[in-house]
Amino acid sequence: MSSQDIPEENLPAEQDHAHGAVTVADDTDPFADPGLPPHEHRVQDIDEQAAKRSERAVALLFTLSMLATVGFIASYVAIPHDQAVYVFPIGHINALNFALGLTLGVALFAIGAGAVHWARTLMSDVEVADERHPIEAAPEVKAKVMADFKQGAKESALGRRKLIRNTMFGALALFPLSGVMLLRDLGPLPGTKLRHTLWSKGKLLVNMNTNEPLRASDVAVGSLTFAKPEGLEEHDEDFQKEIAKAALMIVRIQPDNIKDKRELQWSHEGIVAYSKICTHVGCPISLYEQQTHHVLCPCHQSTFDLSDGARVIFGPAGHALPQLRIGVNDEGYLEALGDFEEPVGPAFWERG
Amino acid sequence: MSTNESTETRRGKAPAGERVADWADGRLGIYSLAKSNMRKIFPDHWSFMLGEVCLYSFIIIILTGVYLTLFFHPSMNEVEYHGSYVPLQGQLMSEAFSSTLHISFEVRGGLLIRQIHHWAALIFLAGMFVHMMRVFFTGAFRKPREINWLFGFLLFVLGMFTGFTGYSLPDDLLSGTGVRFMEGAILSVPIVGTYLSFFLFGGEFPGGDFVARFYSIHILLLPGIMLGLVVGHLILVFYHKHTQFAGPGKTNNNVVGMPLLPVYMAKAGGFFFLVFGVIAVVAAIASINPIWALGPYRPDQVSTGAQPDWYMGFSEGLIRVMPGWEINLWGHTLVLGVFIPLVIFPLVLVSIAVYPFIESWVTGDKREHHILDRPRNAPTRTAFGVAWISWYFVLLVGGGNDLWATHFHLSINAITWFVRVGFFVVPVLVFIATKRICLGLQRRDREKVLHGRETGTIKRLPHGEFIEVHEPLSQDALHTLTAHEQYRPVEIGGTVDENGVERKVKGSEKLRAKLSESYYGAESQIPKPTVEEYKEITSGHGHH
Repeated sequence: MSSQDIPEENLPAEQDHAHGAVTVADDTDPFADPGLPPHEHRVQDIDEQAAKRSERAVALLFTLSMLATVGFIASYVAIPHDQAVYVFPIGHINALNFALGLTLGVALFAIGAGAVHWARTLMSDVEVADERHPIEAAPEVKAKVMADFKQGAKESALGRRKLIRNTMFGALALFPLSGVMLLRDLGPLPGTKLRHTLWSKGKLLVNMNTNEPLRASDVAVGSLTFAKPEGLEEHDEDFQKEIAKAALMIVRIQPDNIKDKRELQWSHEGIVAYSKICTHVGCPISLYEQQTHHVLCPCHQSTFDLSDGARVIFGPAGHALPQLRIGVNDEGYLEALGDFEEPVGPAFWERG
Repeated sequence: MSTNESTETRRGKAPAGERVADWADGRLGIYSLAKSNMRKIFPDHWSFMLGEVCLYSFIIIILTGVYLTLFFHPSMNEVEYHGSYVPLQGQLMSEAFSSTLHISFEVRGGLLIRQIHHWAALIFLAGMFVHMMRVFFTGAFRKPREINWLFGFLLFVLGMFTGFTGYSLPDDLLSGTGVRFMEGAILSVPIVGTYLSFFLFGGEFPGGDFVARFYSIHILLLPGIMLGLVVGHLILVFYHKHTQFAGPGKTNNNVVGMPLLPVYMAKAGGFFFLVFGVIAVVAAIASINPIWALGPYRPDQVSTGAQPDWYMGFSEGLIRVMPGWEINLWGHTLVLGVFIPLVIFPLVLVSIAVYPFIESWVTGDKREHHILDRPRNAPTRTAFGVAWISWYFVLLVGGGNDLWATHFHLSINAITWFVRVGFFVVPVLVFIATKRICLGLQRRDREKVLHGRETGTIKRLPHGEFIEVHEPLSQDALHTLTAHEQYRPVEIGGTVDENGVERKVKGSEKLRAKLSESYYGAESQIPKPTVEEYKEITSGHGHH
């Protein structure tokens, strides 16, 4: 798709007529470039008094900066780091942060303002034109480079000695594989790790807030309870990893209101346990609307109907939340009747 | 460095500064370098400051970032908090989080530097966005500056990821949620998604590795590349010399302005301090990312209103409004609902990055361009750019759909559907509207050139007619308003060659002719006034 084939006349004429400050006083072309306008003097250029005033203003700004830096050091030393101060209209803020930031800001801003004021009022403001030169090399230069390159290529005999060339390419192509190999131990292979959680038959459901096993009688209709498997403690080394998969939300729905048949079977007297991890990209779901039994993920607003197999009723999630099959043990505690039957959290290729 | 005296023969030793310069010149050749650069001319326009804002905030980020590394511990080891922030006493958290609390509450000035670092990062990204738009809408990306456009684009993209890895480091509840989102998106990649995720996180999410890994990416890998690109960007700005707007005395072969030494040394150098000063004051009064209020990350906890930093918002919009499509076949899952947004995410950015190459192919223009276009004089380009921005902002609305819903009392479902439809429709409408506005402005310029400026003075003629007095423009203004170039549409050449043999017209040729027609056809530009038209009108009675 070369663009060489566009005829020249389609392109507009070159813009350039004048070079630099050439004045074109031309009756025939009222649109011609009149050249650089004459320089207009500023008041500081003519009036030494005004120039002196500018000088003092610049010096004042630089002095202000010095004072502000002294203020910064004084604040650093004098203000305790936990002191609050009321600043209108922001409210109560950390006094040290406020003082340091303000003094540093003033110290810096005053340097900048001084320099810019100096440049604008006292340095020459005569506009000057610089020539541009085309970037492309002249044909002679290009010819010389091409000849040099051919000479060099010939002397290397790369084109003639094919054996060297091919083996060199082979070696250069292969050695980066070592680097790729070294990345292998960045992490273990996924295996079936994403399919399993800590839940298994007989594990008690432990209330996340109280750290006590949950009784069926603890779960009231309309409440939302978060639970974790027994044995998983915050201090455990892999707590974060395990809770990322095992977190549960438990609600109680009147059994008559449960529309999904399997959901009813897997529940205990209307108590249902669903994975708390959104099937979209894995945010924890935390908003429960008790009248409709909808739960909402606050990250991307996927909405699930907990009374209907937690199917997706709005938002970007692709499938229902996995349900954990629960029952009650002899002592009246809620327990899991196995692991989740499908992987929790976001979908992935091997999920199936 | 006194250079004026050095040419005169002088008795005794040269001044110390000159001797140092001589020493350096003998080793570095600084005089030759200074010869072409010390008095280099830079043109003046407010919009040329935007790039400077980026450069200076980048420097500020590096300075404050180095300071933060002195105190930050990039480790996910769990520790119990016993610092001075009372509400989190005794909580389990990663060392990354607790060291960030330490910086915020115990290191004097640590909070200030943290906030300067974060504010400067937001300003850096916003500055690059606006700077890129300036370059786009004035056509400054045209030859010879295409490579520098790409450098700038890469800086913007890398800046986004540097920002993302940076705000993920404190391992707080909000940023951890963002990392989880990223992990979910990676998992959606067909075939290799789980492997990528396991390799990135050192196993299952969140694992104990990602803070340390993000840390080396955030402070070394990405900024290292960016520093190289920034240097290259600046070298090219110097080498190409700055673009300028058309005006009296300004041509494609010169650059009109004031010299680097002293004017721009003072102005640009001073501007660094202005930017730094403003950011410092902002950091003094406006809290940013108060991680102590968010708490440490727990994969089973989240807060409402979770938002990424603004520059990641459009990707958030993509993921939020995409329908949750999933295809399950032969024991595998294709997670289109997440994977499609993941693919569109770079395409949104690439679509603006490749534009200069498309335009240069359509025009077939191989000449250097140093005079900037006014956006109205390139209606198709301007319309494309504004449509792209509208696209980006539609996605930003999608990314903040919950905030729109709560702040404006709208239905989140309605907003989501608006974004789904708007993703396709809004850019088209904006394109059409922008093009029309540009053409309207071109007509206005044409009127102004031919009939002069409307003075607002109403005059009554002897026979009772009222007219508005138009004031003819100065030659300066006439030149400025007519200096722009106008292309003619490319036509497909004869389909029969000189020997009468029928030639095959390539598809690309037809496409280009069509595009060229839509760029430069009668519908797409108002012919600028010619000298003849001007003379015909002005030589008459002056009124008509």
